[in-house]
Amino acid sequence: MEILLAIIIGTLYASGIYMILRRSLVKLIIGIILLGNGANLLIFLLGRIAKGAPPIIPEDSKVFLDAYSDPLPQALILTAIVISFGLQSFAIVLVKRAHKVVKTDDLDEMNATDEYS
Amino acid sequence: MLTAILSGFVFSIFLVFAGKFLKGKLAVLSALVPLALFVYFLSFLPQVAAGEVIRQEIAWVPSLGLDLNFSLDGLSLLFSLLITGIGFLVFAYTAEYLKNHDYLDRFYGYLGMFMGAMLGLVLSDNLLSMFIFWELTSISSFFLIGFNNTSEASRKSAVLALAITGSGGFLLLAGALLLGNVAGSYDISEMVGLSSNIISSDYYIWIVILLFGAAFTKSAQFPFHFWLPGAMKAPTPVSTYLHSATMVKAGIYLLLRFTPVLGGEDIWNTTLITVGGITMFYAAVHTLFRTDLKGVLAYSTISVLGLLVFLIGLGTQYALTAAAVYIVVHALYKATLFLITGIIDHETGTRDVTRLSGLRKVMMPVAVAGLLAALSSAGMPPFVGFIGKDLVYESTLEMGNWAVFLTVLAIATNILVLYAGFVAGIKPFTGPLPNDFKKVHLPGILMWIPPVILALLGIIVGIFPGIINDSIIAPVVNAVGMEGSAVHLKLWHGFNLVLGLSAITLATGILLYAVFKPSAKKERGIARLDFIAPLTLITNFGHGFKAFSNWWTRIFQNGFLRNYVSTIILFLVVLVGYSLFADQNEIPIDLSSFSRMTYYEMIIMGIMFLAILFVVGARSRLTAVVAMGVVGYAICLMFVIYSAPDLAMTQFSIDTLTVILFVLVLSSLPKYLSISDYRMKAVDGILSISFGVLITFIALEVLGEPVNKEVSDFYAENAYVLAKGKNVVNVILVDFRGVDTLMEISVLTIAAIGVFSLLKLRLRRDDRELKD
Repeated sequence: MEILLAIIIGTLYASGIYMILRRSLVKLIIGIILLGNGANLLIFLLGRIAKGAPPIIPEDSKVFLDAYSDPLPQALILTAIVISFGLQSFAIVLVKRAHKVVKTDDLDEMNATDEYS
Repeated sequence: MLTAILSGFVFSIFLVFAGKFLKGKLAVLSALVPLALFVYFLSFLPQVAAGEVIRQEIAWVPSLGLDLNFSLDGLSLLFSLLITGIGFLVFAYTAEYLKNHDYLDRFYGYLGMFMGAMLGLVLSDNLLSMFIFWELTSISSFFLIGFNNTSEASRKSAVLALAITGSGGFLLLAGALLLGNVAGSYDISEMVGLSSNIISSDYYIWIVILLFGAAFTKSAQFPFHFWLPGAMKAPTPVSTYLHSATMVKAGIYLLLRFTPVLGGEDIWNTTLITVGGITMFYAAVHTLFRTDLKGVLAYSTISVLGLLVFLIGLGTQYALTAAAVYIVVHALYKATLFLITGIIDHETGTRDVTRLSGLRKVMMPVAVAGLLAALSSAGMPPFVGFIGKDLVYESTLEMGNWAVFLTVLAIATNILVLYAGFVAGIKPFTGPLPNDFKKVHLPGILMWIPPVILALLGIIVGIFPGIINDSIIAPVVNAVGMEGSAVHLKLWHGFNLVLGLSAITLATGILLYAVFKPSAKKERGIARLDFIAPLTLITNFGHGFKAFSNWWTRIFQNGFLRNYVSTIILFLVVLVGYSLFADQNEIPIDLSSFSRMTYYEMIIMGIMFLAILFVVGARSRLTAVVAMGVVGYAICLMFVIYSAPDLAMTQFSIDTLTVILFVLVLSSLPKYLSISDYRMKAVDGILSISFGVLITFIALEVLGEPVNKEVSDFYAENAYVLAKGKNVVNVILVDFRGVDTLMEISVLTIAAIGVFSLLKLRLRRDDRELKD
């Protein structure tokens, strides 16, 4: 199963980078989202995956009795998902705004830092 | 001593606030600062003459070996007296020279800063603090050269001087660090004892090269000499003080200071003799072709600096004594000549030596000072210059096989220096007085007294060399590691070879002065050789380098963010890919340890794969966004299957939110563009796919490595015991790493504020008009 996941992660990375390299502003955002998903899955996979063993301590016990999946990568990814949402929403609004002000959505025309005139 | 050094800086800062009051008649009061310092240093004379070294140690950054350790020995004292003594005269002179100048206070501020820095340089025993002061002198020199900041030539010269001396500063820092590492201490006084260890170390050659680079740039040695003539754009008091008497001698000071540490080796002596020899002769020849008085003086200064380096290179008892004497000699007569040039320039408005003549009739005291200084520079008895020149010849004569060559070189240089001295000190005052100079008069007393004092000192010390013999020269010779008590300065040595050589020098020099007249035509003649001059070569190199940097920047910093991304990815793929596949001890990808595939997993993967293809290939925004949502939900399902319920919930809500946000603003988002051509798409596609493949391989390789679960186990075992929570992921987030989560919330808040303000922000008025 891991090998399939690894391939999917590779695909997410590849498509993410490909979309980032497009000239269209909207595609840039989509690329960032894809890349973020890929990174989350990569961390998840490298923390080793296990089926049917959530990291929740059973009702009647104070410690784990059976095997459990690694809680640490999950905590990391949870943070990452939330943060990347912040990034995405900001990027979406920024693009909307930039489009309105600069009146272009071609990234190649947004290559100067000078104040728009 | 720290107080003495700081007083220069304090004076500068004081002027920032009180400058207005010092601009007028009170300007001369500022000369009291160097005068007080001069008296202060003079009071150490008996102690230093008795062989004492006065030390002051203040810990500054001990962990870096950077301490404010000052030590005052013969060498430091000589320079301190020059800095404060000539400083006093220059400060007084400036009060008249720049009278009523708008920025007189600023000028004094720079001078004060320079004086403090220069004192710090010659008093520092710690190599790192010496470097700091060294740089400060370069910086104050930059401000002073560019003082007439309305003139473009001034600004250019200032930048050039800063570039050359500043790069020398870098070399000094590198050399200092290397030396400190080899010696285990940054204190120069400790290095003297470790001399043999340093010389035998592998880094010796590098240390020498770096220190030479610093000294040669600062002291204007060939081929770095060209900044000094340019620096003559500064007001004359600056040329006198910085570019003749003190700052340019910092390189000489450095070489003298390190003679007992690094000297005595072939590379040390040969390099110094060669560079010094070339410089002194090359610059001396140049004086023949200058018509600007300051140009003549600049080149003769370079020539004398070359001579000093040359003498340090000879490295014998006689040579080092000669160097010490020559520093005094040169400071006395060259400062006089510069101050006189300043007076002439100030009163007649020209420094063109072909136009100046007969000025003795209108400014007699100045003419007398000029004559005395010229004779001292010529080495005429009974001036102190004669003693200096004698010592030079004596030291070249004892050089064995090379004696004849070196002596002839020294004689030739001295003849030309004599010529330069005569041109600057005698020529403007002799001959008939042209009509347009009839109304010229003596400047204020503050201006003509300083050169007269210096010129008189030259003859007094010459007649009574005992004044400086035991008190100054002997301690200097001691400080550079020679036997100071063997120094006996005398005016009269009896009839011997050296006297004969002196006579030849004088006779030939005077003959040259009588026959050879400076003219603009000759100056133009030598200008034809400018295309091979070091200045031109280095300037061209600078232009070339600038063009190269421009080109480089245009290629890599072209403003297209996509290109930056693809460059980074390309290098990442090539470098990481290479190291991954070149590694011989490859970790085999162990498929057997992987879990079994079930059909529903394969279906989810398949959906996800298709969705990604849809996103990439979509022609409309809506399709892409919907496909994005599908990808997100598929990931959500994976989390469910692989026992991560919290992640599944988060991913689900966040993905929903993203899609909603997208759809909300979709109408005002730009159209879904597809601008790139097929070639571009193919290139990007190959790059992205290879990157994806690389990530896949890395993931698989890492899976083959053993995993460290120590931290996870700690959290899992203690989640309930310590934090009373059963969902370990939640406990980690809100308890164990609670502060991190708090930070995360703050980040989200900032993003939310950003989103809100971007949505609500009104366009500025001109934008609104544009919209309408």
